[in-house]
Amino acid sequence: MTDVSTIAETPRTAKSTVAGTPRRRRRSARLSPLLAAFVLVPFAIESIWVFWPALQGFWFSLTRWDGQTPPEFIGVDNYVELAGDATFRGALVNTVIWLVLFGGLSVVGGFGMALLLQRDRRGVGFYRAALFTPVVFSLVVTALVWRVFYQPDGLADTILRAVGLEQLIRPWLADPQTALYAVILPALWRQIGYVMVLFLAGLKAIDPALHEAARMDGANAWQRLWYVVIPQLKGVNAVVLSVIVIDSLRSFDIVWSLTRGGPYHSSELLSTYMYSAAFQSLRLGYASAIAVVIFVLALAVILGYLVRAFREEA
Amino acid sequence: MIRKLRTGTFHTGMVLLSLLWLGPVLWVILMSVRSFDDIAANGVGSLPHSFTLDTYRQAWTDGGELQALVNSLLVTVPSVLLSLGLAAIAAFALSRYRIPGRRTILLLMLAGNLLPPQILLIPVQKFSELTGLYDTLLALIAVQVGFGLGFYTFVLHGFMRDLPGEIQEAATIDGAGPAQIFARVMLPLTRPALAALGALSFTWIFNDLLWAITVLRTDDRMPVTPALLALQGQFVSSWSVIAAGTVIAAVPTVAVFLRFQRHFISGLAIGAVK
Repeated sequence: MTDVSTIAETPRTAKSTVAGTPRRRRRSARLSPLLAAFVLVPFAIESIWVFWPALQGFWFSLTRWDGQTPPEFIGVDNYVELAGDATFRGALVNTVIWLVLFGGLSVVGGFGMALLLQRDRRGVGFYRAALFTPVVFSLVVTALVWRVFYQPDGLADTILRAVGLEQLIRPWLADPQTALYAVILPALWRQIGYVMVLFLAGLKAIDPALHEAARMDGANAWQRLWYVVIPQLKGVNAVVLSVIVIDSLRSFDIVWSLTRGGPYHSSELLSTYMYSAAFQSLRLGYASAIAVVIFVLALAVILGYLVRAFREEA
Repeated sequence: MIRKLRTGTFHTGMVLLSLLWLGPVLWVILMSVRSFDDIAANGVGSLPHSFTLDTYRQAWTDGGELQALVNSLLVTVPSVLLSLGLAAIAAFALSRYRIPGRRTILLLMLAGNLLPPQILLIPVQKFSELTGLYDTLLALIAVQVGFGLGFYTFVLHGFMRDLPGEIQEAATIDGAGPAQIFARVMLPLTRPALAALGALSFTWIFNDLLWAITVLRTDDRMPVTPALLALQGQFVSSWSVIAAGTVIAAVPTVAVFLRFQRHFISGLAIGAVK
């Protein structure tokens, strides 16, 4: 086993190539084929199933294609059509609403729950487990659980009737006015426990001495939250924000299982519109253009995430 | 006195909230044991007036949930093992050796996982048709592995990078090559991270809907998540059968969660605290 390539003794010195002794540098010139394979095989698999398809996706967005005949290049026509497509604009608005309501409320709810349940006291373990339970369900399971709830004469209607609000009863998922919100609610129900766990981990990492010091200086609970806790959670906030935006733009399962984007596209998101344009209308070029729009919306977050990761690796 | 009052308010509020979270789940479980006639007579919003387990038999055999569960496991277990194995060797080489361009490779791999899957759906479907993999479980395994790899590599890289270098040096002096160092030294030390990612990726892959309906078409090849949607179409008004199917589809991930609870939570938190 003479074919040992250079070992990074510690991550610190590994950074600079000049740190090595001449002997080390000579060795680093020949990289063991095994190590090369360790990197190249996984990278090749990801290239085949992710990088190459992604590049193709951009190309397809410039074509007209039904999946049978070869794609035909039409320039930016798909994007021009998107600009005038009312369904697309509706889906874009719904996606923004989704981002704000689903994203915003799950952060507020998850953070609130984490603050309430951060201290170990009696019952807290049970409450945390209760809030976390839906996180392990698939979104389709979540959707079916809530479908029972929304069913005409289901739990929602029974409860409203019991408290004397029967005038509010409506076909929750079939009414264009309520469909989108009726889909957001189950998504939130599942997401809040997830965000709570992220914040609980962040809160746990805060040095208790900071709290003590702030208390000594006479800071009240709100001031401590605002000036001590939230600034200390900067790292977690960045992660939660990225997770939320990426999850929102990816949201598909729950809408697909509950309404398929209907009625009359009232709960249509970009992701569901892209899917039906591709696999139901068989407009593969047009659907690719929608996918590119989703990508552009996600780009800022992806870049932010990578810059953060890059700084940590450096 | 005030303290007692506050504790009381806290627990009352939290019990109500927990009920809001667990209530719908309990309701579905209750509903899954009601007979068709009971639901027809009393509605979905009523408490059970009957008890039957026939709903589970119907979902299990007539609804094809058994086949769907088998498909799910045939996809999930190899996908988890393969993607974690591949991610582990990549993370090992990238974190412990001076591979040229290692940082770029790592970030590129992570970036691939952050892409919205929508941009990949059409090309992946066409590619699986081209290779003859379309409508086979193999295609689903391949795409799950390819898409998950980036994130697992990134997390495992972070973990392996922070392991002390002395152990590796000692092994090198003893004449161990990269393969031995990986298998005998690094892998055992990485077990906690692997367990966390394993539990997480199991639920992610098991719960997936989008990739399955993109690369599969035949009903009896579908894993349990899309099969559950089909069940809903098949038993349109048999709410108790749909409820039973829902319970069946949820049991495996709940079991994994309960068994690996601590790993699961720490896995979710891995990215959060750095």
